[in-house]
Amino acid sequence: MSSPISPRFAETPRRAVLLLPLAALPARAQEESFTAAERALLAGRVPVDGGITLDIPTLSENGNSVDLSVRVDSPWTLRDHVTAIHVLSERNPVPRVASFHLSHRAGRAEIATRIRLATTQQVTVLAETSTGQVHRAAREVIVILGACVEGG
Amino acid sequence: MKRAAAALLCCMGLAQADGVRPARDFLSPELRAQQDDPSRHPGWLWVDEGEALWRAGERSCQSCHGDVAAMAGVAARYPAVAADGALLNLELRIERCREEQQGAPRFGYESQALLSLTAAIAQRSRGLAMSVPVDGAAAPFLERGREFYATRQGQLNLSCGQCHDENAGRRLRGDVISSGIGTGYPAYRLEWNTLGSLHRRLRACSLGVRAEQLPLGGADYLALELYLAHRARGMPMEAPGIRR
Amino acid sequence: MTDFTARITMPETARRGDVVPIRVIIRHPMEREITAEGLTPLPRRIIHSFRVTYAGEEVFRMALSAGVTANPYVAFTTIATETGTLHFEWLEDGGAVHRREARLVVTA
Repeated sequence: MSSPISPRFAETPRRAVLLLPLAALPARAQEESFTAAERALLAGRVPVDGGITLDIPTLSENGNSVDLSVRVDSPWTLRDHVTAIHVLSERNPVPRVASFHLSHRAGRAEIATRIRLATTQQVTVLAETSTGQVHRAAREVIVILGACVEGG
Repeated sequence: MKRAAAALLCCMGLAQADGVRPARDFLSPELRAQQDDPSRHPGWLWVDEGEALWRAGERSCQSCHGDVAAMAGVAARYPAVAADGALLNLELRIERCREEQQGAPRFGYESQALLSLTAAIAQRSRGLAMSVPVDGAAAPFLERGREFYATRQGQLNLSCGQCHDENAGRRLRGDVISSGIGTGYPAYRLEWNTLGSLHRRLRACSLGVRAEQLPLGGADYLALELYLAHRARGMPMEAPGIRR
Repeated sequence: MTDFTARITMPETARRGDVVPIRVIIRHPMEREITAEGLTPLPRRIIHSFRVTYAGEEVFRMALSAGVTANPYVAFTTIATETGTLHFEWLEDGGAVHRREARLVVTA
């Protein structure tokens, strides 16, 4: 029904969903939802460029799994440390990919995870500090299809 | 004289006159590092599950075979011909054990339980050199596998070797074409979001050349698996691998 | 077989004040909502929240969306303060809660 290729695998409906509707959201609507999400997180604050090391491949292995790690420079005192790191996607169906909430007990701002990217796009990271500052970094990631995928 | 011949064979095995290289050589440095790091490799979730299954129940695998550590080297010698003349890969060997020794129903090819047990056993051969017996009863299966490998198939009319020998190391869409050996399977494929068997991967190969996708555990893929294992002789086992 | 398993990688011991790296992989399909025409509709079923306490105090929290990869991986840090138990708690759509724990021995 969903895919004529390999109906025996339970993954088929999810794969089909990756292939079909991610591109269905018009670019305009995606941009608007990304901008709205970023604006809500900033809550009127003006982000400062820099202070963030965003490690993400320029060319992804597969959009299903893109490695991402973030390190934020911080004096790391009780008064001045990082409290949150947000990962935003420009062209996924959901713009807020993940948020990490840190306390002083983290010791430093260094996190890693793996994310899904529907298509080639910019990934944005916002880092909030306990002094009310927001740092911002962004990187373009190219998402390509592999060869010999089950969906052909 | 005999020793010199053996040494020569050994060298050829290592140097692989046909240019076959370990699967890991074709991975990006990042994926290779993840394959080597259980703390970042989701395939180990299945290894854990498989080791639990190994010990589970009254007539557990462990009750006959002892600790799963005793399985070191076993996967490097599969597929193998059983006493009744059937060619069995590791998955089918486990299934047969289930039925005959444990009196339990088969797990089913590509089931999570079978993938987990296969991964747990194969992992114990990690780093060991592939060495499947291909003489005697195995010889006709090897020939069948070699023939399958060499036969042009599908609407694209391609043989396995046209990609995996003649173009290994070159790019195809987003991938690098490997030597096409199965040493990393069962493998965690990013495209699948899960662990999968070599035969599942072969079905994707068949689709890639627009040929008929054959049944998991079927005779053609089994014979091919034996030939691939022979092609990989001397190469290190990598299961559970990470693949794109 | 359950479809949730977890692997937590962290040292068993640390010196007081050390920043301890913690890596966690869980087995979960992180199923996205399916609404597209021609496909059987499916509700979203993901792990949406991950929380870690250490000796009773929250030290890390993560909000996840369907944009996080299946079988999620996360790495973070915590300062070794005292010998105690780290509790890991995952919340899933539909209300299921998964819990694991790990002990950290802290030396002077």
